[in-house]
Amino acid sequence: MSFGQLPYDLSHLLGGSVLLLSFLLLYQRRIGAVINAFATQGTLLALAAAWQGWVQGAPGLYLTALLAFAAKGVLIPLALHHIVRRLDLHRTVETALSIGPSLMAGVALVGLAILAVLPATEGAGALAREDLALALSVVLLGMLMMITRRNAISQVIGLLSLENGLILAAIGVAGMPLVVELSTAALVLMVAVVAAVFAFQIRERFDTLDTASLEEHRGERR
Amino acid sequence: MPLQWAIVFLPWLGAAALAAVPNLRQATLANIGVSALSFLMAGALAAMPFAEHGWTRTDALNLPFILVASFVGLTTAVFSAATLDAEGFDHWRIRAYHAAYQVFMGAQFLALVADNLGVMWVAVEIATLATVSMVAVHRTPAAFEAAWKFFILCGVGIALALFGTIVLYLAAQPFLQEENGLSWAALMGVAARCDPATLNLAFAFLLLGYGTKAGLVPLHSWLPDAHAEGPVPISAVLSGLLLNAAMLAVLRAKSIVGANPDAIAPGPFLLALGLASVLLAALALWRRRDARRFFGWSSIEHMGLAAFAFGLGGAAANLAGLLHLLGHSLVKSAVFFGVGRAAQAKGSQKIAEIGGLVATHPALGWGLALAIAAIAGLPPFLLFASEFRLLTVAVAEMPWLALPLVLGMVTALAALVTVLQQMCFGAPTPDAAGALDGWREWAAAVPLWLHLAVAAALGVAMPAALAAMLAEAARVVG
Repeated sequence: MSFGQLPYDLSHLLGGSVLLLSFLLLYQRRIGAVINAFATQGTLLALAAAWQGWVQGAPGLYLTALLAFAAKGVLIPLALHHIVRRLDLHRTVETALSIGPSLMAGVALVGLAILAVLPATEGAGALAREDLALALSVVLLGMLMMITRRNAISQVIGLLSLENGLILAAIGVAGMPLVVELSTAALVLMVAVVAAVFAFQIRERFDTLDTASLEEHRGERR
Repeated sequence: MPLQWAIVFLPWLGAAALAAVPNLRQATLANIGVSALSFLMAGALAAMPFAEHGWTRTDALNLPFILVASFVGLTTAVFSAATLDAEGFDHWRIRAYHAAYQVFMGAQFLALVADNLGVMWVAVEIATLATVSMVAVHRTPAAFEAAWKFFILCGVGIALALFGTIVLYLAAQPFLQEENGLSWAALMGVAARCDPATLNLAFAFLLLGYGTKAGLVPLHSWLPDAHAEGPVPISAVLSGLLLNAAMLAVLRAKSIVGANPDAIAPGPFLLALGLASVLLAALALWRRRDARRFFGWSSIEHMGLAAFAFGLGGAAANLAGLLHLLGHSLVKSAVFFGVGRAAQAKGSQKIAEIGGLVATHPALGWGLALAIAAIAGLPPFLLFASEFRLLTVAVAEMPWLALPLVLGMVTALAALVTVLQQMCFGAPTPDAAGALDGWREWAAAVPLWLHLAVAAALGVAMPAALAAMLAEAARVVG
């Protein structure tokens, strides 16, 4: 399978779109738009998983795709919108690093991911390697978003998009055992994180979802 | 059902049952019962020959950890039965607490017994989820902050570990059959033929991911806060068990990468993280005012020492590292029993407000004093034996690295002795609560002294069978 063949090209297109959405997440200034961009990313990821299921002849991946679509395309975004409305959060994204430098750092991270993965995986197939490079980029951009956003919801979305990168990596490696189980377990972790936002009601306790204010409660001050 | 799976599913079945028991007394007794059965099963597992069974394996490396985990699980359940009253739980939280405890224990056993690295990852994740909910259980702002930090940092950590697992499979894929692709034994078998560069990439992610869970600097910042909030028994099992499971995962990854002569040597990475942990923790110990945070930092120091030992590599240093992990489990949970009980008696977990325990609570005071001495690495306890072995190897092999290591150890020792004097022998501070009634006072004290006795016995005279097993485990780590 190589460049110019449909299975390869479409996988590449979908993986690239997931990465593109990671950049989109980085430059949104309104929290609602960030959530919508995340929903789109989840949907694209589901499409990528379904396509890999078709290409690899692995029906289990359809289940992964279905779960990814239901959870990340629909339910988690709805829940996040609900949290934002109910806690009446600031509708703008509070950044620790402003958007221009974030995007530049993002480009640098993608370069880093390609430099780390492509030379290290010469033994593997072209598709698996490039898919892994895309996936690592998504993972690193998710981490970048967690670092550069002050607001707990944005950090959660950063973590969720990081996990999208993991699923992208797992579905790209043909024949990976337990891929459905592992992606489901990772999804459970993410759902639990979203549930924790609900359960902790951080806004009501700390007046703002800005996690910097949590530092007041470290218990080290007299 | 084979015993390897029974020891995982028994606690999980117990958790389902305990979720339905609202009565504190019945729930604590049932919790002890399930833990005692797990302990018996672990003993039976240790008596059976090593075996690989589906996704699980028992070998010299994980059996000692399973034994210690089941022992600590049992004593912690006893301690928890004695002291849970003071947590002031309503009946929902009593259900949730006991269910979470047994879910954690089952996940802990699964993480230890897993041969399949994917299963191991899932087990570590379940253990994290179970403990996060318990760290937050008091619903105070500080508890939420600790739980949130724990969740987010460990969430990123285990996400990276999964990425590492995927890359590891990618490296080994050309040489493996599909069905056992993530099996540690299968990966060990083909590691020498894998692409070394891909293995390097996998190891970097596995070390970062599981290293976060093991509390290695610079990925440690969740650990002290998570140990300071939530019920005391959860701190005891977090420090005593979860860190070991994470470290075992690092060791499994290290042995795979180490089996390929062309891959990067994993030792220097562990040495660097270990030394950084020891030095940072040794300094941080001087700045703590909260007793449980203080001992959380001490866990970082000890994980650093163990990582340093595994980084040195070779049979002698690996043995020191394994002994250190086991000794730390026993002694650190004993320390948390002592500190938890003292905090209840004095009504505060600030070091300044816990003073003169030997005068006001002699049994507790002396027990805690001995436990802190043991965690500081004084003889005759197991940690003295392991630190002594570690230092002899370090001085012989890398004298220029042994110097900062000794500096860190001495700084930490001094901090521990200072706190020991304040809490146990300083001016007595007023009591906030009276003695526990009858059997509870005993049940709170026995686990502490029992751990000390076992740690001392293992430090002075290690049973030959266990010593042989650990020596073999040291070879497995490579």
